[in-house]
Amino acid sequence: MTQTAEPHAASPAPTSQALDEVKIGGLGSSRTRVEDARFIRGRGNYVEDVTLPGMLHMEILRSPLAHARIRSIDTSAAWAIPGVKLVLTGEMAAQRNLAWMPTLSYDTQAVLATDKVRFQGQEVACVVADDPYIAKDACDAIVVDYEPLPPVVSPEQAVAPGAPLIRDDKAGQADNIAYQWEVGDKDGTDAAFARADVVSKLRLHYPRSHPSPIENCGAVADFNSATGKLTVYLTSQAPHIVRAAVALIAELPEHLIRIISPDVGGGFGNKVPVYPGYVCAILCSILTAKPVKWIEDNTGNLSSTGFGRDMYLDSEMALTSDGQILAVRYHATTDQGAFYADAQPTKFKIGLVHSSFACYDVPVGHITAQGMYTNKAPGGVAYRCSFRVTEAMFFQERMMQAAADDLGLDQAEFRRRNLVDDDQFPYRTPFGFLTDSGQYHKCLQIGLDAIGYDDFLVEQAEARKKGRLLGIGISTMTEPLGAGNSREYDILGIKMFDSAELRVHPTGKAVLKIGAQTQGQGHETTFAQIVTHELGIPALDIVVEHGDTDHTPFGMGTYASRSTPVAGAATAMVARKIRAKARKLAAHLLEVSEEDVEWELGRFYVRGAESRGVTIQECAMAAYSNMPDGMEPGLENNAYYDPPNLTWPFACYIATVEVDPETGVWDVLRFVAVDDCGVRINPMIVEGQIMGGLTEAYAMSNMQFQTYDVDGNLVGANYMDYLLPTAWETPGFELHEVVTPSPHHPIGAKGVGECAAVGGPAAYVNAVLNALRPTGVRNIDMPLLPDRVWHAAHTGDDVSGAPPFRTE
Amino acid sequence: MYPSRFRYEAPRSLDEALALLAEHGDEAKILAGGQSLVPMMKLRFAAPGVLVDINGIAGLGFHEETAGGGLRVGALCRHVDLEHSTVLPGAQPTMAAAAPLVADPIVRTRGTLVGSLCHADPQGDWASVMLALGGSVVAVSPRGRRTIPVGEFVVGTFQNALEHDEIVVEAVVPAAQGARAGSYLKLERRVGDFATAGVAMALESVGGQILRAGIALTGVGPATIAATEAAEALVGASLDPDVIDRAAELAAAAARPRTDHRGSADYKRHVVATFVRRMLTAERAPAGAAA
Repeated sequence: MTQTAEPHAASPAPTSQALDEVKIGGLGSSRTRVEDARFIRGRGNYVEDVTLPGMLHMEILRSPLAHARIRSIDTSAAWAIPGVKLVLTGEMAAQRNLAWMPTLSYDTQAVLATDKVRFQGQEVACVVADDPYIAKDACDAIVVDYEPLPPVVSPEQAVAPGAPLIRDDKAGQADNIAYQWEVGDKDGTDAAFARADVVSKLRLHYPRSHPSPIENCGAVADFNSATGKLTVYLTSQAPHIVRAAVALIAELPEHLIRIISPDVGGGFGNKVPVYPGYVCAILCSILTAKPVKWIEDNTGNLSSTGFGRDMYLDSEMALTSDGQILAVRYHATTDQGAFYADAQPTKFKIGLVHSSFACYDVPVGHITAQGMYTNKAPGGVAYRCSFRVTEAMFFQERMMQAAADDLGLDQAEFRRRNLVDDDQFPYRTPFGFLTDSGQYHKCLQIGLDAIGYDDFLVEQAEARKKGRLLGIGISTMTEPLGAGNSREYDILGIKMFDSAELRVHPTGKAVLKIGAQTQGQGHETTFAQIVTHELGIPALDIVVEHGDTDHTPFGMGTYASRSTPVAGAATAMVARKIRAKARKLAAHLLEVSEEDVEWELGRFYVRGAESRGVTIQECAMAAYSNMPDGMEPGLENNAYYDPPNLTWPFACYIATVEVDPETGVWDVLRFVAVDDCGVRINPMIVEGQIMGGLTEAYAMSNMQFQTYDVDGNLVGANYMDYLLPTAWETPGFELHEVVTPSPHHPIGAKGVGECAAVGGPAAYVNAVLNALRPTGVRNIDMPLLPDRVWHAAHTGDDVSGAPPFRTE
Repeated sequence: MYPSRFRYEAPRSLDEALALLAEHGDEAKILAGGQSLVPMMKLRFAAPGVLVDINGIAGLGFHEETAGGGLRVGALCRHVDLEHSTVLPGAQPTMAAAAPLVADPIVRTRGTLVGSLCHADPQGDWASVMLALGGSVVAVSPRGRRTIPVGEFVVGTFQNALEHDEIVVEAVVPAAQGARAGSYLKLERRVGDFATAGVAMALESVGGQILRAGIALTGVGPATIAATEAAEALVGASLDPDVIDRAAELAAAAARPRTDHRGSADYKRHVVATFVRRMLTAERAPAGAAA
C-alpha cells in the first residue's frame, strides 16, 4: 500500500486529551462492517423475508415474443384454478389509468401490455393467488393470442427504410428514434481537426450487460382499505423517489404512502427505476384488499429490468505528430430497447457521457448522440456508474490506446503528455464540467512503477521472439460522482441534494437517519464514522437508519457513487450543527463564554486551561437535563446538502496479460490499481469496493454480455448464459492509493464505489490488444471471448459487435 | 423456484424404486444428484409427475477398481468422490483429469457420474470420458440386468436408451490392454460454464505400442461424439508429429459444432484439433513435461 495521504486533521497538542480517532472508529478506521453481524448469521431482513398476515402471492406472465400484436387474452382457465384470487390484465389496469407509467427519462412504459408486446419478457398479465406455485400455474393457464410482427433487434434495423414502428402508441412518433442530443463546440472542433497532423479513428461497441444483483426485484404491497395507507416493502435504491413516483403514478396522497427498503441485496443501478411489477403489486393489493408479495425470478430480472450500456461509438481524435490532443469528436448511438427508461438526471439524454476526456487536457470537442427504440428490454440504467460514465471512460481509454498506436508513441508516454497537471485545477473540461482536484501524473507513475513497466516491455519483446503473446494495458480515468448540484441535476424535477438527521440521546448515544440507501456498500458502518470524526462519539455508539420513508429524511438514494459525496456531506454538516449547539452547552457547563471554549475530538475545554473540559456525552446529557436559560432542549438536527460541484476521483489501472495464440484464451498476469478517491473513510470498505468493481470490469471484458438473436430472443436471460465470474477465474488485484482531498467536500471525500467498474474494462481490453499488436488487430469489441481473440489473431481482422447467437 | 406440481417418493431399496418406476411409467423421473434435473424443473422445462429419489438406497455410492485396470462407479458416486479419489490417480488418467473439470465445486458435491451419463447432455463431460474409455452402464429392471455400451446408451440430445422401468445402477470401465494413458481437456468461458469444446483421450499401450485408443468430443455436436477415425489412426502407431497431426485433423473433422455465443463452428473445430495435438504431444514428451 502506497500511503501518500496528507494527514487530514492537525496533530493534537502534546497535552491533548483528544480521543484516538481511528480507535473509536472515525475516519481512517477499517472497522468491520456492522451490517455483517446480521448478514453472515442469516438474520438480515430482505423483502423476501417480509410476511404479513393474509398475504397473497403474485406472479407475472411475460411475453415469449419480441414484437407482436395482442389479439386477445383468455384468462378463464387461470381464474378456474382453486386458490387464484385475481388475474390482472392490461385492460383492467387501464380502467385505473395504470396500463402505462412514466419512465425516468420522460418516456412512457407499459405496465401490462394492452396493444402490443414490444420485447421478449414484457409483462402481459399477472396472477394473485394463495401461494406462488398456484400463481405460476395460473400464469401458465392464461392463453394469449399473439399476431407476430417483425422484430427490430439493432439500431441499424431501427432506422432502416420500412422499419416497423415500435412506439405506435406515442402520438407524433413517426420513427424509432428515442432522443437526439449534442454537446460541445462543433465549429471549434472542426477547425482543430483541420489543423491535425494525425486523425485517429475508432469504432466500438459496449455490449449490453445487466447489473444482475444477487437479490432480484420484489415488493410486498399492503394497502389498508380502512386507513387508506399504502405500505410497500420494496427492493429500491431510492425509496423516497419511489414514494413521490407512486404518488404521481397511482394518484395516491403522498402522506399515506410509506416505502420501506429493508436490507437490499445489491443494486448496481438495477433498483433505481420503478418497475411494472411494483405497480402491479400495489394495484393488486388495492384490488384484493390484502397484502400482495411479488418476488421476481432470475429470468424476470435479467430479461425485463434495467440493463446497462449497449452503446455504439464512432470516434475521431485530432492529434499533432508529437502527441498532443487537439480535439475529440464522436457520435454515440444507444440501443434503448422498447421504452426509453434510462435512470439519469433529466437534463442529460445520454447520461454524463460527456464527462469523457475530463482528465486530459483537450481544448475542444463535440459529441452527438442518438437513441433508438428496438424490440429489446428497456433500461439503460447506470450499471455501477454515474450515468453512462462507464461507456464514456471505456471509449476514452480505447481511443487513447488506438491514438498512441497510430502515433507510434508509447501508451504511457502519450498519456503523460496529455494528462491534466496538478496546478490546472479547477479544470474546465472540453464539455463544460469543472473537475475539482487530482494528482493524475503521480497516480500514473505509481502504477507504472508498481507494475514494472519498463521491465515488462523488455520481457514482452523477449516473449514475442518465442511466439508468446504478452500484453500490457493502461486505463487512466476520472469519474464525475456525487450528483449533483441542484442547478444542473434533477430527476423529474426533484433536485439531487441529500439529507441527514442526527439525534443525540441523553447518554450520548446517537441515531443518524439518512436519505441514502445501502445495498451492500456499508453505509451503516461508514456514515457512523463521519459522525465520529465530527463529534468524537465512538462509532459503536451510533446507529445508522435509512430506507423507511416515514422515518428518514427525504433523499435521492444511493447510486452513481453519490452517497458519500452528498449524503456523507449532509452527515458531516448535521454533525457540525450538533457540535455548535454542544459548544454552547459546554460553555454553560464550564461557566465560560463560548468564545473561550476549544474543541478537540470528543471534548470541549477551556482555552488556556486544557484540563478543564467536558465530553460530548456530558454536553448531550446537559441538553436534556441542564440547558442554559432560553435554550431549546434536546440535541437533534437535520441538514440538507446541495453540493457545489461533483467530486472527481481518479484512477490508474494497469493489467498485464498473456494470450494463448492457439486458443485465444487470455490470462491476467497482474493487475495494479491506483485509486485516488480523496479522503478514505473506511479503507477496508474502499478496497472492497475497488476489488468488486475490478471483478465486474473483468467480467465485462471477458464473458458478460446480453445479446438478442434475429427473432428478438434474449441470450443471457439466465445464469447459464449470463456469466458472473467466480473466485476461480477472477485475477488478484494489487491496490495502491493516493489521497487528494476534494476541496469542496466537508471531509475531503470523493465517491469511489464505481471507479473500478468504470475504468477497469479498458485496462483488460487494452492489454489483450497490446498483446495482439504484432498481428495488426486494432479492435476486438467486448466481450473478449477466446474465439473472438483467436479469430482476430489469426486473420488480423477486427472483431466488432456482440457475439452472434444464431447465424442461420 | 416454483416447479410444476409433482409427487416425491424416497424408496429405501432398489426393488421399491423399480416398483415405483413400473407403477408410474414415463411420468416418473429418477432423482440422484439433481444438478441438471432440478434446474430444468425450476424453469419448468421438465415437469415430471413423480420424482423417485434414490439417495436413500444404500450401497450405490461406491467406486472401485476391478481386475486389469477396470473400474465400477455406483449410481450415487458423486463427482467430488472421483475428484478426491485415491483410486483414480495413475490407474485412470482420463477420469482423473476430467473429475476436477466437471461443472463447479458446488455441483460436484451433489452431482453423479451416472446421472451425467443418463442426462445425455452433449455438453456432459463424463459421457465423453466413458465413450473414450469404451465404458458401459449396467441397467436393472424387473426383467433383469443388462449392460449397455455408452456408445449405444447415449442416443441423442438428452436421450438415452433406457426403458421407462430401468435404473442405471453403475457405470463400468473395462479392463485395459496394457498401460493406460490419456487426459481430458475442456475450454470453458468460466468455471461451471458449459464446454465450448472438450476432448477426452484414452490410450492403452504395451511397450510404447498403442493397442487401443479412444477419443470423444464434448459440446461440439448434437450428442457426445466418438472420434473413431482419429482414434483408429493411433492404434499400432507411434506418436510421431505427422501421426499426431493426422489424429488432430480427423478429430476436428468428426466434430459437428454450431456457431453460437460460445464461438464459431470453425473455432470449436480448431480447439478440438489443438487439444488432441496437445494431449498427444504431452504423451510423447518425457514424463513431467507440460502439455
